[in-house]
Amino acid sequence: MTYTQLAILSVLLVIITDRYLLKVRLLEKKSYWTAYAIIIFFQLLTNWWLTSRNILSYSEEVIIGWRIASAPVEDLLFGFSMVTLTMSLWIFWGRKGIQRD
Amino acid sequence: MLIFTLVGSIWLEIFLKVGVLRRIKRALLSILPVSVIFLIWDYYAVTQGHWWFDEKQVVGIFGPRGVPLEEFLFFLVVPLASLLTIEAVRSRRPHWKFGDEK
Repeated sequence: MTYTQLAILSVLLVIITDRYLLKVRLLEKKSYWTAYAIIIFFQLLTNWWLTSRNILSYSEEVIIGWRIASAPVEDLLFGFSMVTLTMSLWIFWGRKGIQRD
Repeated sequence: MLIFTLVGSIWLEIFLKVGVLRRIKRALLSILPVSVIFLIWDYYAVTQGHWWFDEKQVVGIFGPRGVPLEEFLFFLVVPLASLLTIEAVRSRRPHWKFGDEK
């Protein structure tokens, strides 16, 4: 599979996991979107650094070719999936009563 | 970049007292499954040639298949920073509920 396909698939799987498996429904929370807005700003900054200096490079064959701040747009989907799943699990464990405070 | 991310978010633990590191068990239960899943993806991507790292711009410690140490740390540091961020938002906006409050 290409990076584009995997990135889209990961977003769908994370949304389904958050909503139906963990039942956290993070995407309906104002706090989540506030945190995500902060995260995406820093992701663009750090991703720009890594890709513009060629610390990290991508094969043009597996990406759609749209770039934001020098990084493939797929990275935003990858980042969304990774941080959303982490935060959803955090709330899930909290609801289970694990280290609530 | 990793140090920037860590320094940029760890102060939230100290100054906003978000208590993510204090709740290390809950943090690890949230971070480690994600690290494992995304490392599998990373390994698939590296072996398929989706992306690669400049060997001259990493510290030079490599895991299997030439994945640099920084990449392993990335999958710990970034999820941790996301938890610090969401707890910082919670500490500033306590009336925005998640449903996991006491």
